[in-house]
Amino acid sequence: VTVLDSTVQHCRELLDLLPREALDQARLGHPGLEAFAIFPVYAPQEIIHAAGLLPMGMFGVGNKMETMHADSRFQSFICSIAKSTLELFLREELHGFQGAVFSSICDVARNLSSVASRNAPGLYIDYLHLPQSAATLPARDYTRSEFARFRENLADRMGAAISDEAIRRSIALYNRMRQLIGQLYQHRREHPGTIGAAELFAVVQAGTRMMPEDFIPLLESLLDDIATRKPLVRDSVRVVLEGSFCEAPPLELIEAIEAAGCQIVDDDLAIGWRIFRDDVPTAGDPVANLADAYLASSVYTSVRHDSRLPRTEGLLQRVKESGAEAVIFAAAKFCEPALLDYVLFRRTLDDRNIPHLKLEFEEKMWTFERLRTEVETFTESMLFD
Amino acid sequence: MPAPDSTAQTVPLTTPKPARTPPPPAPDKDYRGVVHDLSRNVMTDWMNQLQEAARTGAPSAYLMVSGNCVEILRCFDILPVFPEINALQLAIRKKALPYILKAEEIGYASDNCAYVKADIGFTMSGGVGKDGLTPTPTLIVCNFVGCNVYIKWFEQCAAMMDVPLAMIDVPFIRQDEQVRPEDVRYVMAQLEQLIATCESITGRKFDIDRLREICAYSARAEEGWARAKDLCKHRPAPYDCYFDSINMMGPINALRGTKEAADFFDAAVAHYEEMVARGMGAIDEEKFRIVVEGPPPYPYYRNFRNLFERWKAVAVQSTYSTVGGTWEFGFRHDPKRPLESIAEQMLTHNLCNRTMQERYRQIRHYVEGWSADALVIHSVKSCRLFSAGQGDMREYFTKELGIPTLMVESDLEDPRYYAEAQMRNRIDAFFESLQYKRIRESAATSVPATTA
Repeated sequence: VTVLDSTVQHCRELLDLLPREALDQARLGHPGLEAFAIFPVYAPQEIIHAAGLLPMGMFGVGNKMETMHADSRFQSFICSIAKSTLELFLREELHGFQGAVFSSICDVARNLSSVASRNAPGLYIDYLHLPQSAATLPARDYTRSEFARFRENLADRMGAAISDEAIRRSIALYNRMRQLIGQLYQHRREHPGTIGAAELFAVVQAGTRMMPEDFIPLLESLLDDIATRKPLVRDSVRVVLEGSFCEAPPLELIEAIEAAGCQIVDDDLAIGWRIFRDDVPTAGDPVANLADAYLASSVYTSVRHDSRLPRTEGLLQRVKESGAEAVIFAAAKFCEPALLDYVLFRRTLDDRNIPHLKLEFEEKMWTFERLRTEVETFTESMLFD
Repeated sequence: MPAPDSTAQTVPLTTPKPARTPPPPAPDKDYRGVVHDLSRNVMTDWMNQLQEAARTGAPSAYLMVSGNCVEILRCFDILPVFPEINALQLAIRKKALPYILKAEEIGYASDNCAYVKADIGFTMSGGVGKDGLTPTPTLIVCNFVGCNVYIKWFEQCAAMMDVPLAMIDVPFIRQDEQVRPEDVRYVMAQLEQLIATCESITGRKFDIDRLREICAYSARAEEGWARAKDLCKHRPAPYDCYFDSINMMGPINALRGTKEAADFFDAAVAHYEEMVARGMGAIDEEKFRIVVEGPPPYPYYRNFRNLFERWKAVAVQSTYSTVGGTWEFGFRHDPKRPLESIAEQMLTHNLCNRTMQERYRQIRHYVEGWSADALVIHSVKSCRLFSAGQGDMREYFTKELGIPTLMVESDLEDPRYYAEAQMRNRIDAFFESLQYKRIRESAATSVPATTA
């Protein structure tokens, strides 16, 4: 068994757990550890970590838990991540969690935050209004104040101040984590076949359920291992996967896309956990640094308006930098930001003759044959045209 | 959308129901009263101005209804254009579907907001521009107040028409927290940027005294709005605060800040006061008083209204009427602090920028203060800002407060989601149970009196 195999196996097992069970795993190395949930897309993990908590990504519950109560709170036309997340609250599944943070990504997430808070007495639920603007001076002051507010609220909850020094240490750890993930992506692009897209995503997503102290060595050994593996070049279409920035697509969907003849060279999966283009500076006011980084040096996402870098430009850049030949939109069913963005993305790609394909998924889906056939038809039309 | 289960009414009946006797259909009533005519006059003037601007190219700007800064545009004589109002007008005239389908051709999903689709389809079909009904805007002002779809909608408009977009990012009011000074400063700074943009578009200097005058007109209209809504506390209510509110929503949302809107409200309030003094109600014999949550099904506005009218049910309050502003809670634009008050209104004093729990409080206040018998939730697929989580709202009102609550589903724009028969079944079953509950309660109170 290689390091790659055992690592991916470990990560897949971690993803199969409910959040509180994943916390139990983290407690093996950190006795008494408590967690704090981050609903996609982004929240400053460093502040949570500096408060001595495990910042845990909430990407939906997949098919690990049946929705029994949340269906009556959220209608049939609401995305499944909202329901499965609320289900966790209604079932009081978040033992060991201090609370959760949501942000201004869409109307559903915003309402979910309020509904979750009503149904989760005892938990601290916060809502971040992340700026929908370019990096202007007023936006900078505002974003700094919003992150500072979160820090104060969390400190109040924990009954202890969160020191600058602790946040700086956390920033350094998360910088390292983001660098290593970036290197994995880079290595995969340059050496196709050394690690599958589903394997990579399993690792990255599982990382949102680990303390960075534990995740970093895992990433380091994984990088060492795949560096020794021989690339496996096969006929395939290099694609960017776009639109899965919130609810996590099933790993089987990623596998189906690659099995159907695509090589995913970049994506927006778990994008909030690798959002910064550069390291966040540790010197100076660490909270201000995080806010500035979000505003001025984060990658584009479908949940932010930035007049200086429209998302259409961002996508073209992502395609160009990764050397992709096509784009696959994989949007969660009922995901309003992704489905609305598709219209402008499609027009932009059509204007430049970049082929694209749109898919919709749900976290509870279990058959992937139809999607695989769609992707196969798409790749064949490119490979044999 | 799945068929609503007509047996799953929210008011449980523990004793057998009497034989079902649905009321006769509502008479084909003409709802166009005095206030409707007043409203139509001022709105027609505005629409004529829009068409005129389409031809002349006079400065105009797109703006969203919820928590907006129309006063600033008026200060520069920039004509406001509201794509939401255009979309709802298409729906109420039963013209929306072809435009919705047209937008779906360019990639909009069937699950996307149909307001957006109708407006985009309408624009693609030549409805906007020189030969259209509304002008190609000089500027697109995206007042991001609550609804995230606004951003995507206006980004698309800006890209389609190649018009500059000015984003006004308004922080959402967080759970249990008041607006913070940092939020106000952030919005104020963006309003100042908008003023600079308006100056460069029009070549005119900003005149704060003009803005004060405009804010005074806004405040007068807002005061009229609050007084009109207060009158619905009377029995019978002089107008239906859901269906007839549309007559007041046009002037308060599209024309706020004008003398015409202020005058309209003075006249409307005088008319409603007279109705109250004479004991006249929106319906002849008011039997049920309801609060309605959620936007109406515009493509079937009259049909939907009749389903309540036949039970002699009148809406005494509604949340939808407060998307532009929650004026009945006391906020007024302040000529002494024009910019600050505009920023505060955008931040806090409108339904869209507040949490679901804050909306529960608003509805509870309505039910108690306006003596309502029940809550009706119209859940629309298009608008997740309104609808996401309304099941929890129903849970709260029925289980925790014991207020009879009915939830029905359709859409505000897309006619394909309105199923009249199912809707009627649900509404009939609900009012039947309310009626039966009343009979039971009055029997229970009269029995001891006769046996004592």
